[in-house]
Amino acid sequence: MSKEIWWASESFWRKNAIWITAGSFIVLIFLTFDTVNQITAGGKRVPAYSAINHRITYEFDEKRNMQVPVIGVEEPLFGTKLTEEEAQALVSRGKLTTQAKNCMNCHTLLGNGAYYAPDLTKSWLDPSWGSKDIREQQMVEFLMNPQDRLHNGLGRRMPNLGITEPEARATVAFLKWMSTIDTNGFPTNFKPIDQEN
Amino acid sequence: MTALGKLDSTNLNGGQKLAVKYFTVAAALFGAQVLFGLLAGMQYLNPDFLFGILDFSVNRMVHINAMIVWLLFGFLGSAYWLLEDEAGIPVVGLKLGNLSFWIFTLAVVVVVVVYLLVQVGSGEHSSIWLINEGREYIEAPRWADIGIVVCVLVFFYNVAATFTKGRYTGVGGVLVLDLVALAGIYLAGMYYTPNISMDQHWWWWVIHLWVEATWEVLVGCLMAYGLMKTLGVRRKIVETWLYIEVALMFGSGILGLGHHYFWIGTPEYWFTIGGFFSALEPIPLVAMVVHAVFDAGHHKLKSTNNPALAWIIAQAFGNFFGAGVWGFMHTLPQINLYTHGTQWTASHGHFAFFGAYVTMVIAYFYMAIQKWRGDVYMSGNVIGAWKWKWALALLHIGMLMMTMALLISGYEQSQIERAIGGSDWVAYFTAQSHPWFVQGMQWRQIGGYIFAAGFVLLVWDLMTIGRRETRPAQIATAVE
Repeated sequence: MSKEIWWASESFWRKNAIWITAGSFIVLIFLTFDTVNQITAGGKRVPAYSAINHRITYEFDEKRNMQVPVIGVEEPLFGTKLTEEEAQALVSRGKLTTQAKNCMNCHTLLGNGAYYAPDLTKSWLDPSWGSKDIREQQMVEFLMNPQDRLHNGLGRRMPNLGITEPEARATVAFLKWMSTIDTNGFPTNFKPIDQEN
Repeated sequence: MTALGKLDSTNLNGGQKLAVKYFTVAAALFGAQVLFGLLAGMQYLNPDFLFGILDFSVNRMVHINAMIVWLLFGFLGSAYWLLEDEAGIPVVGLKLGNLSFWIFTLAVVVVVVVYLLVQVGSGEHSSIWLINEGREYIEAPRWADIGIVVCVLVFFYNVAATFTKGRYTGVGGVLVLDLVALAGIYLAGMYYTPNISMDQHWWWWVIHLWVEATWEVLVGCLMAYGLMKTLGVRRKIVETWLYIEVALMFGSGILGLGHHYFWIGTPEYWFTIGGFFSALEPIPLVAMVVHAVFDAGHHKLKSTNNPALAWIIAQAFGNFFGAGVWGFMHTLPQINLYTHGTQWTASHGHFAFFGAYVTMVIAYFYMAIQKWRGDVYMSGNVIGAWKWKWALALLHIGMLMMTMALLISGYEQSQIERAIGGSDWVAYFTAQSHPWFVQGMQWRQIGGYIFAAGFVLLVWDLMTIGRRETRPAQIATAVE
């Protein structure tokens, strides 16, 4: 057999495999610390839960060349201003509801999930709710009794998942809070509901 | 020694006896995956079908969860299959491994029954502990998560202790280290947070670092052993390739995680890191194609087990096209902005899971059945060869049809819902009603039926191949 070439040898690639894996993993850990820090609620990219006390808009940012969520004037959800702790508890109950009701196996949230029903990332801002004055009530009623509300020509409906009123209100809080997350311009070209008085 | 062609468990070593149990459950869950996929696909065409009884969310959950679990069962089985052979000694702690198998299987049955009968719970912690965690792919309730971790730890103990007591081959070493990562990463998915950005950040650690890193390395190990067994390729060659694959897979796949961090609230630097490293992800898959095809050609396609070799070659190409090409097509953020969360992803998901993983597990099914029947002849002209060939063909035709149909629907969604419509709900339903989208769903369903036919034929073939053979297996010949 001919003499082994160093770059085709087993030991060369074994060492490479170990070093490359270890190196990549260390870089990932380093980046993870920074990312986790940046996406902790209360930061610039992922706002505090009490953001639900405010009007949320989705506006084009010239500098970043993308749409970004903007937290505007005070506009408490269901007319009640909440403390940070109360807001977190409400959003958390809403998120637990979305998990327990398996929303993600029809919808996408932040674009992840199933594709049978619309994305919920900016559902709080969707023009389909009609007007901002009736939006909150519309959302609660829809979540509690969606099965008879045909809203498309396909015949696709949302089933009744036994969502109670407190769960529905919490889910709306979760959806409103999710719309405040800076998703780097996803979804793009989105035209939000008119919220001017 | 019983007659050739008879199913006899004395033909198997201890680890292999356990492996065939895992394979049997894997095949049954594969059937469940296909069935619930068909039901979910039908609901796209007729939304009233099973509405309020088995809603799309339930069918789709069982469809994808059955897949994850059957592939895991297939991988565990495959590892037990090669364990004694590689380590040179009987499996250490086999009794515990057997017990763990029964617990794991029982847990899976309970989880699926709860999915189907209870379906959803109230918005409380108890629901995600007992019913369903509501997070795609890892929907299993928390109690089952803990059970899975315990079973995987037992499995890890079996594998690591056997190699340590026996001998560590290159395949064994890579396998053990890979399993440490695979089990450790699962823990990242086992906690609750109200912050959905944080939730998805860690959720991707499980999903991505499984399917685009640790699972890929695991099938690399399986391919190495498979090529040695079916072709008689020298260990030095397969193990050198394995190290190359590990270096390239982890080198691209670990930071390739960044392509899931474009739109979930994570910082903008992931555009660059995710885009760059995920663009490199197809490279190790090219290496696997070169490796498998070169070895097969070098050995003039003379194999001990033609169906297994065919599925190994199918894996090399399926992995490259399904995971590599289909993944790369929409991995750069400039494109992904318009494709994220559309049927593009479904197209890629179907082709990649099939090409990269289903194929390899099926190859091991064939290796197992051969030995179970006393190392019976399974080379060219095996009796009833049409069955394995047609099963392979139908599964591929069905899968390619589904993949292409979903891709066309995805193109249409990107254009009409995203680029033109601006992604609101009206835009979503406009795109879903478009004839191009609807036709895609119809063709996908036809592809699904063809795939299901292929599955039935595959099971029939696995139960019968080699049964009437009296010839012994062809011996693999080493080629310098």
